[in-house]
Amino acid sequence: MPETDVTLTVDGLSRTVTVDTRTTLLDALRERLGVTSPKKGCDHGQCGACTVLVDGRRALSCLSLVVAQRGREVVTATGLERSGTLHPVQQAIVDRDGLQCGYCTPGQVCSAVGMLEEAEAGHPSHVTAAGSAPDAPVELDDEEIRERMSGNLCRCGAYVNIVAAIRDVVHGSAGADGAGR
Amino acid sequence: MRPFEYVQATDPAAAVALAGRPGAAFLAGGTNLVDHLKLGIAAPELLVDVSRLPLDAVEETGDGGLRIGATVRNSDLAAHPAVRRDFPVLSQALLAGASGQIRNAATTAGNLLQRTRCRYFQDVTTPCNKREPGSGCPAVEGLHRTLAVLGASEHCVATHPSDMAVALAALDAEVVVLGAAGERRIPVTELVRLPGDDPSRDTVLEPGDLITAVEVAAFPGARRSAYRKVRDRASFAFALVSVAAVLDVEDGVVRDVRIALGGVAHRPWRARRAEQVLRGRPATEAEFGRAADAELEAARPLPGNGYKVPMVRSTLTATLRRLARAEEAA
Repeated sequence: MPETDVTLTVDGLSRTVTVDTRTTLLDALRERLGVTSPKKGCDHGQCGACTVLVDGRRALSCLSLVVAQRGREVVTATGLERSGTLHPVQQAIVDRDGLQCGYCTPGQVCSAVGMLEEAEAGHPSHVTAAGSAPDAPVELDDEEIRERMSGNLCRCGAYVNIVAAIRDVVHGSAGADGAGR
Repeated sequence: MRPFEYVQATDPAAAVALAGRPGAAFLAGGTNLVDHLKLGIAAPELLVDVSRLPLDAVEETGDGGLRIGATVRNSDLAAHPAVRRDFPVLSQALLAGASGQIRNAATTAGNLLQRTRCRYFQDVTTPCNKREPGSGCPAVEGLHRTLAVLGASEHCVATHPSDMAVALAALDAEVVVLGAAGERRIPVTELVRLPGDDPSRDTVLEPGDLITAVEVAAFPGARRSAYRKVRDRASFAFALVSVAAVLDVEDGVVRDVRIALGGVAHRPWRARRAEQVLRGRPATEAEFGRAADAELEAARPLPGNGYKVPMVRSTLTATLRRLARAEEAA
């Protein structure tokens, strides 16, 4: 069974793991490195529960072989928290009660963080008006948020509050006392 | 999943040499292949990782065209200012496909080479002529609501799932292929085969052939282009029907038009009959409908997907109508 060493950065720490070449990034994180915030939902790239940030971009860890991720910087929802302070997206989801069972939440969080940067960089979406300026940040209304988050399913149906949480972050009101409640 | 060796390719020629061996396969973004490894659809002995080859640039060719590297990510291509400005149909098609996470990983060449989402193909417990030649096609009498109405055969009614490829077919793009015998070019419209009596071969590529780039040449009207997709839900779903169209109208008359259809055939379907009917004719609703009807004469729907025929007609006429109005307003 072909095995190989892979070194990559996970949540700020350099980690080396000896893996069977068939191991996905998701399984390496959860089963070998003890990082269990990325979740295995469908394991086929359809639900988004395994979303992490790879070199700052949101990615599906279930559809990625860990051998192909050598040297990459992987950040999971765990690594978004800094010395006890939640990332604004995490705090907004808490404030807005944007979850029920919580299984999809770490993926939702990582996806939202990556998505906000894409919009800031001017990346259009399917619902962005044609002819919008290529380099200007895209203004995120609810329709934009829903379209851009469509790769993350929530079977509890917490979408309404997930969208509200992201809207709070966009408007800079996340974490403000009693925001939107 | 069967065990495999993994090699990271250092340059395109080395990648081609490695992948020419029996049992080898290229790995790029992995969004389709890794799933196929899990499902047992693909069982390579060697994976040649081409994702870090220096093929990740979008270059403007000087004459208004673009050379798109094979490993440019779908999200980066969709956001590229020159693509958005000069070939809006391409950006729109990319953004209509998959999810944000998948577009961040999926590459230009990988998107073209993704395989059908026909449920029988994806389920190794069922027969499928594409997966196991000669085993039969349960879709013809089974579940085929999402499958082909044009160019299919009794052996396979699968559809090509890509949105991007439909836009590239309308734009007359060419793929640049590096093979054992050197470099050659293939029009995107000829890259993917029709199923005929050998659906196991999706494309005309030979083992070891590596797509290194996709080239799009500028032509009048390319900026007046659009992609329209009809699907079961508003986002993150494959096309039931889609239309990529480029329309060049002068004084109310169609000077040039290029149309490709998605979700209806084993390949992105270039609608040349419709184009032929429309060229030199008034840019009116009636003519658009006549062109759609001419193309759809060749449609051979199955009992469960006949809805696609009127859906193509209405999606095509709506797309052309919108482009014609934009032209009038300009």
